[in-house]
Amino acid sequence: MSPDSVSFIFLNAFLINNFVLAMFLGLCPFLGVSGKLNTAWSMGLATSFVMLISSLSAFFINELLVYFQIEFLRLICYIAVIASAVQLVEMTMKKFSPTLFRALGIFLPLITTNCAILGLALFQTFKEYDFAQSLAYSTGAGAGFILAIVLMAGLREKLELADLPNTSKGAAISLMLAGILSLIFMGFAGLGS
Amino acid sequence: MPIKEDHTITADTFLAGIWKENPVFVMLLGMCPVLAVTNSVINALAMGLATTFVLLCSSTLVSLLRNVIPKEVRIATYIVIIATFVTITDYVIQAISLELYNALGAFIQLIVANCMILGRAEAYASKNRLLKTLTNSLGMGIGFTIALLSLGTVRELLGNGSLLGYSIFGEAFQPWVVMILPPGGFIVLGAWLLLFNWIKERNAALTLANERGTS
Repeated sequence: MSPDSVSFIFLNAFLINNFVLAMFLGLCPFLGVSGKLNTAWSMGLATSFVMLISSLSAFFINELLVYFQIEFLRLICYIAVIASAVQLVEMTMKKFSPTLFRALGIFLPLITTNCAILGLALFQTFKEYDFAQSLAYSTGAGAGFILAIVLMAGLREKLELADLPNTSKGAAISLMLAGILSLIFMGFAGLGS
Repeated sequence: MPIKEDHTITADTFLAGIWKENPVFVMLLGMCPVLAVTNSVINALAMGLATTFVLLCSSTLVSLLRNVIPKEVRIATYIVIIATFVTITDYVIQAISLELYNALGAFIQLIVANCMILGRAEAYASKNRLLKTLTNSLGMGIGFTIALLSLGTVRELLGNGSLLGYSIFGEAFQPWVVMILPPGGFIVLGAWLLLFNWIKERNAALTLANERGTS
């Protein structure tokens, strides 16, 4: 597969350079909302939806910025778009699923400061992807985020029953687990080449 | 009715960020740059300083404007303020050292999405006077930099056998390459947290033993 092909870009964002486990983006929700499988799954869905919207908007905004030669406003425009997309998801979720809205709590508005989303928009700009490539990149990154957070939640649910020494409870053991997951994902390097 | 503001600045205002409320080790905020750029000491230091600069500037502005910004749009305003200072930092680093700029990559621009900075603006700068905010932000910035350095040192030492680019262990050392790769970041931070948990547990046990001894 050529590195510019749509399917390779998807695979790259999904597995090889997984946004969470290989590029360290979006760690706050990854560690914060991965306590339960259900919440993790909905958080993953909400985040990848915002990813998709903001990546597509970012593509058109960048075209505009380049046209008017005001690229220095890029960061400010991107973050404004992401903040509005998050607001949209928040209002939709509050209307259709208030239970979920409460379960996600503070982490829902915090999607705005999820670096995976801003990172996605910035990387696709740096890599100069066209529209189809951006679409593949954002769906791949979204799917990769869901995969990582759901895997982590599954592991942490098992961990609840495990007999751990007190010292390692909480964030310390979660990070160790994430390290092992990340090691496993390194096995995907070289896939598709 | 406005909330009564407490203007007293104590040593704790400054020290909170370094130990008791350390943004990385205690509050687990702003994790992405912490893990992503700490594969060498120099990257960690540059990232820490850049973040501290943005934190200081944005909390100064937020603190000055705290009575002007309408409550409903405050988060959006904070984000725009932060994004402005990050853009400045981005161009400044590019001007000073292109090599460093390339090493840090998109993570300079991603300072915008560092929840520690937004968290400070929302929880502290919007409620306190300038001087107090500055003291607290400086402490937080230093605490963040210390955390980055403590990760960067361990990872560069084990993963490359060097510190700041100078070889420490000599030729015979077999580097643990995994330490500078992504998994190393998670594992080293996990190890630091384990150490802090252990210290806390031991202190708690000691105070308990002392209380029993005196009574």
